[in-house]
Amino acid sequence: MLKHTENIIEVKNLVKKFGNFVANDNLSFEVKKGEIFGFLGANGAGKTTSIKILSGLSFPTSGDVMVAGFDVYKEREKVKKNIGYMSQKFSLYEDLTVRENIRFYGGIYGLSGKYIKEKTESLIERLKMKDIQDSLIKSLPLGWKQKIAFSVAIFHNPKIVFLDEPTGGVDPITRRDFWEMIYEASDSGITVFVTTHYMDEAEYCDRVSIMDQGRIEGLDTPAELKKQFHAKNMDEVFLKIAR
Amino acid sequence: MNRFIGFVKKEFHHIFRDSQTMLILFGMPIAQILIFGYIVSNEINDVKIGIYDKSQDHITHEITNKITASGFFILHENLNSEKEIEKAFKRGIIREVIVFEPNFAEKLERDGTAGIQIIADASDVNTANIVSNYTKAIINSYVKNELFTQGLPFEIIPEVRMLYNDELKGVYMFVPGTMALILMLVSAMMTSISIAREKELGTMEILLVSPLKPLPIVIGKVIPYMALSFVNAIVIIALSYFVFEMPIQGSLIFLLAETLLFIFMALSLGILISTVSNNQMVAMFISMFALLLPTILLSGFIFPIENMPKILQWISSIMPARYFIVIVKNIMIKGSGIGVIWKETLILVGMTIFFLGMSIKKFKVRLE
Repeated sequence: MLKHTENIIEVKNLVKKFGNFVANDNLSFEVKKGEIFGFLGANGAGKTTSIKILSGLSFPTSGDVMVAGFDVYKEREKVKKNIGYMSQKFSLYEDLTVRENIRFYGGIYGLSGKYIKEKTESLIERLKMKDIQDSLIKSLPLGWKQKIAFSVAIFHNPKIVFLDEPTGGVDPITRRDFWEMIYEASDSGITVFVTTHYMDEAEYCDRVSIMDQGRIEGLDTPAELKKQFHAKNMDEVFLKIAR
Repeated sequence: MNRFIGFVKKEFHHIFRDSQTMLILFGMPIAQILIFGYIVSNEINDVKIGIYDKSQDHITHEITNKITASGFFILHENLNSEKEIEKAFKRGIIREVIVFEPNFAEKLERDGTAGIQIIADASDVNTANIVSNYTKAIINSYVKNELFTQGLPFEIIPEVRMLYNDELKGVYMFVPGTMALILMLVSAMMTSISIAREKELGTMEILLVSPLKPLPIVIGKVIPYMALSFVNAIVIIALSYFVFEMPIQGSLIFLLAETLLFIFMALSLGILISTVSNNQMVAMFISMFALLLPTILLSGFIFPIENMPKILQWISSIMPARYFIVIVKNIMIKGSGIGVIWKETLILVGMTIFFLGMSIKKFKVRLE
């Protein structure tokens, strides 16, 4: 795999405690530049805590975390400029139009008005959004919101995009369309860090890590993991780890 | 700077596209001031009273004339015994009985003092209070104007309580209170709800992941509400000045400056509320029960603080609105400057700093 050699995320001995509760117990892993990295685990396994630390929303209790070449503790601002984030809520402003949302989110990343305008045009063209560009977000179906939320998250060309359960609640066809978008982003050089509950989606990832009770219990390509755990599919791998 | 303008613009979009918000922001202040000014009035007209004159001399007749000529009272019946007083009240037509003691004029001339008993129907406490105060004021002015000018050393028996409200206008009492209430509502409640909404919808997370720093985010959210609060304050002052003819004795600039201070205070309180509430519902309930009700009940807006039980008086002393009401009354009615109300001003400044400090602390804890 010559394509993925350079580390874009490096985590060493990451610990995050809330009082006595250890949410992240000594995590160490790397994510290579340009890969699609699946971050799996049952509810409460500590995924959200890690993703919050990686995206600068929360500080680690101890350990070293480098994202896009910067220390999340000391160089938070630089980290923030280089990442995109999309939550499971597809957080867009419901009472703003598609255009206004893009304009706003582009604006908070300090992009110039001219650049935002040009890029918005090409985005609307590419996603075939001409008819809905001036509709309020709240009038759109979930699938559209998901696509727009993702486009907004990578609008400022981040090096990494964090996707926190980006396919929750949408139908299988929309889900597959969405993975097309993820591949496109990956092809254009953006590293994708994605959490999911769907094991079929885990198969789409270049590498997968599986967390259980704050620890990473397995980390490799889907094929290797299946071999390692003597499983037919990722579903079985997951069940063997989480039980 | 560009980011910031975009932010403020977005906030205005939220406000102008939500009809409920618009109604609260612009309908409410005007409706409230008109309701309080016209309907919930402290003024009295044509209150029916009874008089039990045990003396029947020239002075008691003159006082009776003054009272009935004031326009506030109508003499409904003359009473002739103590027993009739209670009967008269029970019929429910009269609200007040005035009793002159026997040999009124004689005593006044001999001892320099004479007694008038004012009995009010206190089943309606508020009206009873107002009615008896009016009566006292009329008697007082009679003693002062008519008897004193004759050079006689008579004692002034009733005390005047509505010293700076000669015409006893209710609006004077309600304008400062309404202003405090509206500004609290718009600044604290709307701000806390709008920040809580971003948390609820998850957009706050996106903002915090972005390179925007928390402080500009909060300021960007708050500025539109600050501007609208200020517009509201001006509308209220204008309405009370032009429609209800409430005077502005003091400096208008000073009044607006103090108003701005109160808005700042309310905004920082709103931010604090939003840091402890994760959704709009919680923010709304905290604002309602921790801010609006106490502001109405305990700030001296409707019920006088002096009449409250001691414990409620203590609680009222942590109500920011209480101090703002004192400030507004002083500036508008008495024309006071900073020399008189520096203490209240300082308290509001202190509260603002306290709320802001708390919010910043809470915010940091959340990031840990």
